Amino acid sequence: MANRSDDPPNGEPQPEKTGISRRELLKRAGMAGAAGALPLSAAAPAVPSEPAQEPFEALTAAESDTLEAIVARLIPSDRNGPGAMEARAAHYIDRALAGPLASSRNAYASGLAAVDRYAEESRGAPFIELGPEAQDAVLGDMEFDRATGFNPDSSTFFELVRTHTIEGTFCDPYYGGNANFVGWDLIGYPGVRTVVTADEQRMERTPPSNRRSAYDYPMFTKGGA
Amino acid sequence: MAQTLPPADVAIVGVGAVGGVAALPLARAGLVVVGLEAGPWLGPRDFAPDELRNNVRGWPQSAQKANREVPTHRPNASAPYSPRRAIHPMMNAVGGTSLHYWGQSWRLNPWDFRVVSETTRRYGASRIPPGSTVEDWPFGLDELEPYYDNVEREVGISGQAGNIDGTIDPRGNIFEGPRSRSYPMPPLRGSGFTEHMADAARGLGWHPFPGPAAITSEAYDGRPGCVFHGFCSRGGCHVDAKSSTAVSTIPKAQETGDFNILTHAHVTRIEVDDDGRATGVTFIRDGQEYFQPARAVLLASYTYENVRTLLLSTSDAYPRGLANNHGQVGRHYFSHATGAGVTALFPFELNNWYGAAAQGVAVDDWADDNFDHAGVDFIGGGNLWIYTERRPIAAARMDTFGRAPRWGSEWKAFIRENADRWTNTYIQKTTLPYEDNYLDLDPEVTDPLGFPVCRITADFKDNERRIAAFMQERMVEWFTAAGAIDTIRLGLGTMGPSTHAYGGTRMGDDPDTNVVDRWGFSHEAGNLGVLGASVMGTSGARNPTLTAQALAWRTAEHLVRNWRTIGEV
Ligand SMILES: Cc1cc2nc3c(=O)[nH]c(=O)nc-3n(C[C@H](O)[C@H](O)[C@H](O)COP(=O)(O)OP(=O)(O)OC[C@H]3O[C@@H](n4cnc5c(N)ncnc54)[C@H](O)[C@@H]3O)c2cc1C
Repeated sequence: MANRSDDPPNGEPQPEKTGISRRELLKRAGMAGAAGALPLSAAAPAVPSEPAQEPFEALTAAESDTLEAIVARLIPSDRNGPGAMEARAAHYIDRALAGPLASSRNAYASGLAAVDRYAEESRGAPFIELGPEAQDAVLGDMEFDRATGFNPDSSTFFELVRTHTIEGTFCDPYYGGNANFVGWDLIGYPGVRTVVTADEQRMERTPPSNRRSAYDYPMFTKGGA
Repeated sequence: MAQTLPPADVAIVGVGAVGGVAALPLARAGLVVVGLEAGPWLGPRDFAPDELRNNVRGWPQSAQKANREVPTHRPNASAPYSPRRAIHPMMNAVGGTSLHYWGQSWRLNPWDFRVVSETTRRYGASRIPPGSTVEDWPFGLDELEPYYDNVEREVGISGQAGNIDGTIDPRGNIFEGPRSRSYPMPPLRGSGFTEHMADAARGLGWHPFPGPAAITSEAYDGRPGCVFHGFCSRGGCHVDAKSSTAVSTIPKAQETGDFNILTHAHVTRIEVDDDGRATGVTFIRDGQEYFQPARAVLLASYTYENVRTLLLSTSDAYPRGLANNHGQVGRHYFSHATGAGVTALFPFELNNWYGAAAQGVAVDDWADDNFDHAGVDFIGGGNLWIYTERRPIAAARMDTFGRAPRWGSEWKAFIRENADRWTNTYIQKTTLPYEDNYLDLDPEVTDPLGFPVCRITADFKDNERRIAAFMQERMVEWFTAAGAIDTIRLGLGTMGPSTHAYGGTRMGDDPDTNVVDRWGFSHEAGNLGVLGASVMGTSGARNPTLTAQALAWRTAEHLVRNWRTIGEV
């Protein structure tokens, strides 16, 4: 478990552990300075929620196949119900890589290529052609930094994909993941409510799921992330 | 060339939690006040209950100035830099971070004003930790009480009094200092889980009580009561139940007709004349530079930006930065130790999905000097806080307590069973200022305008580490009494960028060790006031904002009363 002691205030998990290096930072600051513009309106354009089966936007076909196979092992479909594939977590990640997570695009390009190279070297075939057990073995090697050929190391890429797969499985469906509320149903989250009564906060009396997204409520401006 | 605007009486830099309070007494007194605010206005339509946007991605629709100038950090002057944070979750909008903070609204306890003299009196001077630069405040709780009272009413705070004029009410915090009257609203309701925890605390002989909150518990000031939807932390309120300054003191100040807010105004310098008096502020808006002349300037841009703006405002009168001829700007810096929490696993569902982070139960028995420190090796302590509000992404990211792997079918089965069976806690602990903990300008890293960002050189010392370990023991005791089957003690970490950042422009009578006087005005530039927790010399074991707001009101009132000598020179 990562040391969570440097969490932002009030004990919330630090979301994007991008850990920008000081050198990279200096580089970026310099570039931003050269652009000279005032950073007043950096809001990402709103992306409408689309029905299933849209093509991938950021990832190549080969990359998306590998990513689909990875998320399907991280949160598999099993006796406890549908998993990250059914939640369309890979689509969530792909769409985000074309927008707010664009800074991770290169990490995915090199990381997904490294996954296939390592799968080939260690298990004799690219990731998608391996059986579930061999796939899990590759992911386990990545998690504990036993997998070679990653930059800077395999656990960094593993954690990046794990973080985004969880986002894509448990986020508001507005962002293209958590399709059909499979993530929220899995953990028993009863859905977005704009008013919650005292009775709905009794212990062991969790209210039934209303299967609603924030943006099912017309009072909120859509987009922004 | 900067374009010069019509002069104002007072320019406030930053219209957030404290700037937004100071505006009210000034405008009511008929002074012409201009607020320069880096961010935009945000309203209920912007406050969607959207965990990904609010809690994960750091409010991309706000100006995000704070995210572009995240301070750098190193634990000490010879240590390597910590990895730079991608996000610093302070808000840039009218109302500032009061828009999306938790809203716990504490008064300090009497001890917090007198740490040096009380410690010396009770335990001896040797108990002040080595290297600490802590001083007594120039006044006590009694001086601040009327201002706390004012702010509680004008902002709108709910809570249960524990001590009215010396009469103790066990429903509230029996350790609090005397207050002149009760809160303007009853406390927020508890949830099934917080009531369960309160029962367990009473079983231990402790004194639990509902915490004070800048959230309406019933209709107040034309706003409805809280709806407990569970997106309060880092989310704005869609029904205006959170008493941000944007829905309380700021509109009241605007009603006078004398408070004008300029949004998207990024202040870069405070200007001075040859005598060293502040003449106004320079700011950038849409790429154009402006000068706003003012007879008095109040700096209210949060601790890091307060310090940075002073250090960047160099002049002939202040070659080392404004108000820094005594070399005290950036000194006596400290921040709350929000790490070292405890995570607990229960064998039953808590139904913690909704609520608010300020809906909870507090235990103050181990805070400040509320217990005898003769047998422990630290001074101060912590406030234990158990609260509601669980969101799905955070729930799925729960610790697996060593009982399951972190992915795959076994993990999935684990979170399916346990996503609503765990909780964090919030343990707010005393942190002291030390000689070698300070803020200055980073020699290399700049913001997008090319100005150096703030650099933090700071780490926790033995006193803070011992408090953390002691408080974790108390918390484990409490969780165990409540039926938890497992607990994890989280690490304390180091003192990176904080949302409870104190000092840097400390308040005190001695100009050799303090930047501002007992009223919040610079010892050097008499018409420059500083607002915010950057003036506070101790943190207490509780969140800063209500105290910073009470101090802001007091500074503004002092300016009104002494306008002839401060403003009209
Ligand atoms: C998630 C979260 C939860 C919190 N919970 C609590 C809590 O429960 N209780 C509590 O007491 N405290 C809490 N805090 C801390 C609290 O938010 C701060 O103490 C408080 O907001 C500080 O007030 P401020 O006015 O100094 O800063 P802010 O409220 O941040 O206001 C500063 C304002 O200045 C503006 N500004 C900054 N730089 C410039 C510039 N150069 N030019 C013009 N404008 C500028 C900003 O845009 C902003 O609007 C929390 C903080 C966070 C992030």
